[in-house]
Amino acid sequence: MLEISLKIALLLVSIALIMSFFRLYAGPSAPDRILALDTLYVNTIGLLVIAGILLDSALFFEAALLIAVMGFVGTVALSKYLLRGDIME
Amino acid sequence: MPFAFELILSALVLAGAVLTLIGSLGLVKLPDFYMRLHGPTKATTLGGGAILLVSVLYFSQKSGDISLHEILITLFLFITAPVGAHLMAKAALHLKTKKVKRTGDYRGE
Repeated sequence: MLEISLKIALLLVSIALIMSFFRLYAGPSAPDRILALDTLYVNTIGLLVIAGILLDSALFFEAALLIAVMGFVGTVALSKYLLRGDIME
Repeated sequence: MPFAFELILSALVLAGAVLTLIGSLGLVKLPDFYMRLHGPTKATTLGGGAILLVSVLYFSQKSGDISLHEILITLFLFITAPVGAHLMAKAALHLKTKKVKRTGDYRGE
């Protein structure tokens, strides 16, 4: 039963990923695109964790942790750039 | 694995996936940036937390030992989501991103 619900969850998170890709493509302003990237990385963490449970492997967590850290740094850097025109002042 | 435990894990993982989907649906459907900011930063973060909780429970049950390294991701995600949202909102305010009429302004415009 867990396997079936994990597969359904994988499908739902994939649909969420496609939706955030749509916003990344269409987003009328730059902050919209940053927000879409932010959503994209959070969804990817969920996807990786579900895949890790489904494949019964602990290898995916390092990737998920790395994406979490780098995604946050990317969001902050892009927002800072829009806010100040410079990242490190 | 006991049946009740499996039931709890299934419910949690489905709840997490549905919350993630709702967050992305908000990102696509809502009319302006300030509304769109709500979906991903609240619903999606909570969904990610639920999925990570499933991972903690599953691997703890499997190894018979408490598995803690997923907590690290959860903690990091929950700390950084508001910071990122705040910075994105500030950037949008700075750029004077277009908003619909019913998005209010606390400065009273």
